[in-house]
Amino acid sequence: MSAVQSPRPTEIAAAPGDVPRAGSALSDVWVIARRGLVHMRRQPEVLADVTIQPVMFVLLFAYVFGGAIAVPDGGDYKEFLMGGIFAQTIVFTCFGVAMGLAADRGNGAIDRFRSLPIARGAVLGGHALANVIKTILPIVLMALCGLLVGWRPNGSVLDTLGGFGLMFAFSFAMIWVGVLMGSVLSSPEAVQGVTFTVLFPLTFIASTFVPTQTLPGVLRTIAEWNPTSSLADGLRSLFGNPGGIAPVDGPWSLQHPVLYTLIWVVGIIAVCAPLAISRYQRSITD
Amino acid sequence: MPGMTPPAIRATGLVKRYGETTALGGVDLEVPTGSVCGVLGPNGAGKTTAVRILTTLSSATSGTAEVAGFDVATQSTEVRRRIGLAAQDATVDGLLTGRENLVMIGELHHLGRRRARARADELLGQFTLVDARDRLAKDYSGGMRRRLDLAATLVARPDVLFLDEPTTGLDPRARNDLWDVLDRLVDGGSTLLLTTQYLEEADRLAKEIVVIDHGLVIARGDARSLKRQIGGDQLEVIPVRREDLPAVAMLVERVSGHEAIVDEGARRVTAHSSSGVGAIAELALALRGEAIEVEDLGLHQPSLDDVFLTLTGKPAEPVADAAGEPAIEEPAR
Repeated sequence: MSAVQSPRPTEIAAAPGDVPRAGSALSDVWVIARRGLVHMRRQPEVLADVTIQPVMFVLLFAYVFGGAIAVPDGGDYKEFLMGGIFAQTIVFTCFGVAMGLAADRGNGAIDRFRSLPIARGAVLGGHALANVIKTILPIVLMALCGLLVGWRPNGSVLDTLGGFGLMFAFSFAMIWVGVLMGSVLSSPEAVQGVTFTVLFPLTFIASTFVPTQTLPGVLRTIAEWNPTSSLADGLRSLFGNPGGIAPVDGPWSLQHPVLYTLIWVVGIIAVCAPLAISRYQRSITD
Repeated sequence: MPGMTPPAIRATGLVKRYGETTALGGVDLEVPTGSVCGVLGPNGAGKTTAVRILTTLSSATSGTAEVAGFDVATQSTEVRRRIGLAAQDATVDGLLTGRENLVMIGELHHLGRRRARARADELLGQFTLVDARDRLAKDYSGGMRRRLDLAATLVARPDVLFLDEPTTGLDPRARNDLWDVLDRLVDGGSTLLLTTQYLEEADRLAKEIVVIDHGLVIARGDARSLKRQIGGDQLEVIPVRREDLPAVAMLVERVSGHEAIVDEGARRVTAHSSSGVGAIAELALALRGEAIEVEDLGLHQPSLDDVFLTLTGKPAEPVADAAGEPAIEEPAR
């Protein structure tokens, strides 16, 4: 350690013009979001979650299961599939947020951030932003993969853009679900547990991969009112794919899938955001 | 100008309760600007709780605290601008490189990208981490992580530094290295509050030592006065033959002027001694005079156990006491 020179904080602190500038909240959020993206890049398993896995799902369902599933009105299953697979990925946005927060709480990173003069909410904002950006990658990959296997958005350019807009709106809502999960659950392992026992089935009891009409009794009702279904069907209708708008004798939710999905977006944000923030505050202060 | 500047840290009657458990039972603390305060205590004594309140991470149930002249409860952002905190488990970001860690902290202190980078490079040099700057921090050794953590606390040139058990878990060599770094910090005139379980560490780094146990301050003063309370160093003799123990005990009592404690099992005689190295010379002569063969003869600094045994009559280890009441654990974070 003989090479260590004397770090003299107080002496150096006297240097003129070295008073920290009043920082903007946005730059704090961005610094923390950038960290989240670097984390993703350096964890091969997380990177695989957002790259290999979505591609694998598209290929598996398009070629392995797809042949056995009949699409209403006799459409092409590959066209039907994409809305569902986009919807499932978007619902899972909350998983990344919850994992990140639970990990940061466990290893002391949140304490370190809180001992710094950063804007209130910058840590949450940073995680949220990183995860919105993180969902772009799988969506782009899946869209490209879908195009390769024969999916085409047949709607107008405006409708297609609207479809992607709907994805981001829902993804933003799911961030708050993720903050809530990450604040209530004590560890990344608990987050994984809840995700695979609650969230995963929830995305399957829906029109994600099969038309809701094929489901029996209660499951069919759940699927019809499950926002995963309306998100999937809303995307199908905006992309002009089969399985979009339900016929007049269908449930209201799936006759107006885009509207119903937006109601969920507003509802989730209105309920989860304040709850998530208060639970998060409680989880980090004691 | 003693007395002119307000103290860097002033805490009055800090109480922290978690439900039924009292982690801090009313702690007063005053650390003058430019001085070093060592908070000494066993696991679960309330050290981390006190640090968390003083660094705005936790709020006190009652009592007030000011750091660098600002109230920790009502002016937390002002406090955060002026402090550096190295938490107990070196919370560096394992998935970032050493340099990225420091740059990120600099940016969060609003130094701006360019100055944050310059400051990071400066600190990497000071803490001999230049060669490791582009390696991920998770691949660092324990000592390197601590140095990086310490560097991170210095990024914004804080007025007051809080180091929570800075050397716990380090091997002796890494501990010595870190002590050298801390020595230089102290020489540079930093105000520093460090918690430790080691009297040796508090003694080496801090002039003022506050001993806490079960959330209460049980002693305070400089190392010398604390040691006086304990009875100075420990004289220790291990004779070759067990049957010499009574004779050795007599000689030890005569030389040290304190009661000798005989440990039959370890074949060891110990006693407090306030006469320094002279006691060893005197005792060695006396032992030779009686033709007693000795395996080991030494003078040891009192350990934390000695401090606690003397001050509380109980050992320092947070084992369940006789009543079966579990020791208070510090809250997991």
